[in-house]
Amino acid sequence: MADNPSTFSGCAEGGQQWYDLFSRGARDWLRHNEKVRDAVLKKLPDVIAESDLAGGGSGHTVKVPVRLMEHFRFSLAHPDEQTGAGQGETKPGDKLVEPGEKKQGKSRGEGGNNEGGIEFVLELKIDDIIDWLWEELKLPNLEVKAGTTKDDEYTREGWNRRGARSRLDRRRSMKEAIKRRSINPDGPTFINEDLRYRQLVMRRQPATQAVVFFAMDVSSSMRDRDRKLAKTFFFWAMQGLRRQYTCIEPVFIAHTVQAWEFGEDEFFQVRGSGGTVASTAFTTISDIVEQRYDPARFNIYMFYASDGENFRDDHDAAKLTLTRIAGMANYTGYIETPATEERALDTETAAIFDSVAGQGGAIGSYALTNNESVWTAIRGFFRQHAGEKAA
Amino acid sequence: MKGSLEVYGQQMEALAIDQGLDYFPVHFEQVPASFMMEVSIYGLPVRMPHWSFGVRYVHQLIQHQMGHSRLFEVVYPGDPGRAFLAENNSVAENTLVIAHVLGHADFSKNNELFRRSQEEVGYKIVEQAAAHAKRISSAIEQYGAEKVEQILDAALALEAHIDIYKGLRRERYPEYRPDSAGPARTGFHKRFHELPGEEQPVAQEVQRVRADIPPHFERDLLWFIAQYAPDLEDWERDIFLAVREESFYFYPVFACQTINEGWASYWHARLLREADFIPQSEYLDAIKTHSDVVRPHASGDQVSLSLNPYHLGFSMWEKIVETEGLDAAFRIRKEEDDFGFIRNYLTEELAEELNLFQYKKEKSGAISVLDMNLDDLKESILERKYNFGAPRVSATDVGVDGTLHLTHEHGSDGRGLDLGRCEKVLEYTHKVWRRPVTLSTVDARSTPRTVSYPSQ
Repeated sequence: MADNPSTFSGCAEGGQQWYDLFSRGARDWLRHNEKVRDAVLKKLPDVIAESDLAGGGSGHTVKVPVRLMEHFRFSLAHPDEQTGAGQGETKPGDKLVEPGEKKQGKSRGEGGNNEGGIEFVLELKIDDIIDWLWEELKLPNLEVKAGTTKDDEYTREGWNRRGARSRLDRRRSMKEAIKRRSINPDGPTFINEDLRYRQLVMRRQPATQAVVFFAMDVSSSMRDRDRKLAKTFFFWAMQGLRRQYTCIEPVFIAHTVQAWEFGEDEFFQVRGSGGTVASTAFTTISDIVEQRYDPARFNIYMFYASDGENFRDDHDAAKLTLTRIAGMANYTGYIETPATEERALDTETAAIFDSVAGQGGAIGSYALTNNESVWTAIRGFFRQHAGEKAA
Repeated sequence: MKGSLEVYGQQMEALAIDQGLDYFPVHFEQVPASFMMEVSIYGLPVRMPHWSFGVRYVHQLIQHQMGHSRLFEVVYPGDPGRAFLAENNSVAENTLVIAHVLGHADFSKNNELFRRSQEEVGYKIVEQAAAHAKRISSAIEQYGAEKVEQILDAALALEAHIDIYKGLRRERYPEYRPDSAGPARTGFHKRFHELPGEEQPVAQEVQRVRADIPPHFERDLLWFIAQYAPDLEDWERDIFLAVREESFYFYPVFACQTINEGWASYWHARLLREADFIPQSEYLDAIKTHSDVVRPHASGDQVSLSLNPYHLGFSMWEKIVETEGLDAAFRIRKEEDDFGFIRNYLTEELAEELNLFQYKKEKSGAISVLDMNLDDLKESILERKYNFGAPRVSATDVGVDGTLHLTHEHGSDGRGLDLGRCEKVLEYTHKVWRRPVTLSTVDARSTPRTVSYPSQ
């Protein structure tokens, strides 16, 4: 036996060992994921281009394929030709792998320098992204349209001795019976006076309903890129509003020289030919508001995307109908996807929005030329909107 | 560790000492397999946090789930040595592991490279690394995770860039050049000037000249940056030097992989053969574990494109003991690292017996077996081990504006650096050096290239 023998200890002795308490690997993996997340958020406008606007609500997520991040080190350039040592029955000249063939020959001892090779899917909650954006863009929280209330909501409140059979509260009734019999133990098991019915009252609640009109010029001059930018803006505007309103409905209007209401799916696919008459869209919107969304009960938003070309003859009609919408809406936004950056917001349509804005009302115009500008527009919209409310 | 394993362990130890193994006592601990895996990823039981370990962790998890890797043992040299055994191993397996660990403990106490490293770094690396981790955790609390991560990004990226020959503890360079007033005055000069008619020499004003920083190619980038980075805070330097200290610990582990694993495998096999105290059934289990560990390639494969260091080292040690005797083996385990071990003791005969071969992989992906040439084969085995497995990059100059110039010795390495990765490492380095950083290397066509960060 050694003078100074080795010692043995096992898990059982000390009870719970410190290493059971946490996993450092998992901790550092989470940190890695945070870094990936940050990197992904910077590229978000591209990421969500495939996502749908209306879908989901709070559980809604986008899936982004990402690679593991590599912690870089100095390493030699990949050689055209390299040698290695192997083991097995071979003879000189044997071809182990033919050109172009992949060999899964990675086994113990081969130091992998290809940690970037694994792809995994990062699932980002839209809500998390929105929260992050609000923080990042320093956006204010919206205020609900003041003074509007709706009062058709029944809420349970208290109990009554009379009521409809369906609202009988058995538990409560049983309690009453027990109370009565504790005073008078010889009484009958149940009498009519024990019964309790749930009572409903009408409550006035602030309106948290909203409708957002997304209108888009789908004439032939709108390119794919323009649609994609508009869609990206619509997406974030929708998500931002969703933060505020528990109940929000999107309505999609596309127009050329006529306007139609579409479901979301077709909306971004639809392609029209011919010219642009914006008033048709505005008219359709105010008709829909009249029929389905009472301005007293709904917060109304309208966003209109176009490349700015509108028929000159339509100027007065467009201005008139737009003024009507602006009067009803919490906010009216114009998103221009100009042919060139220089011409941004120097167009017929921009002029119409400008003149209506001159008459008061919450109206903003933004040019979308690239992914960056989507953030500028989103920030502008929410800042301006919050500002109007605060003022 | 109750019951038979502890008994077997003590008997195994008595046997080992009887056979001539010489080691510091080892503290054995049975831990969950998940903990074993983490330890192997971090290299040390308690180590600083960094996201890159998280990436390795997930890689290991995936490999583990695919059944590729099974951890045998994790052992740390020192006085006492420390070893972790997987608690889900059978008693027979862990008895074998104990014997294996004793082989490692003997190696790390006696091998020159290990001994020198431990004298510098200390005999309590596990505790030291834990202390580093603790200091880094408090730095995170005090200065924030981002700042600490910045330092660790750079320090861990340069982890392999140390100079083991210059040692762990170094003085800063002398600030001035050695006196350059000319050759020392000899008696002859004195007598010459005393000759009539000779003027007295003008007393030369000694002008001290600032020495170049660095005065020579500096391979120890961790040390150089820690010492000479213009605006490094003390706590930041502390982290840099903590990483460097751990690198000095890791070097012998890296440079002695084949010889050390081979030695431990040789001894677990030998001790097991003589361990008559183990019942027959458990003995067979242990033998099976042994053959799993030292098998040449993954089961099912006939040909492997990499060598299993356990297998190669084990076979070499068996041959050495057979042909040269046990005393010679003890001497060799004292003197050699993988370079000397493979160059001096891998014989043509053994290479043939083990069916070792050298292959060539072309750009097209085609792989073909080359003619047998023992020296070339050895170089192929050792190729990735030179210089701590990293390209030779030195600090060569600091410009007047504080720019750090690095030079890659592409001649010695045979080709240039991967320029994309290079720029990323310079970016990490820049965040610590806080002045521009440049690096000279060559590209794929051997044209000189300079990479800079921030790029010019």
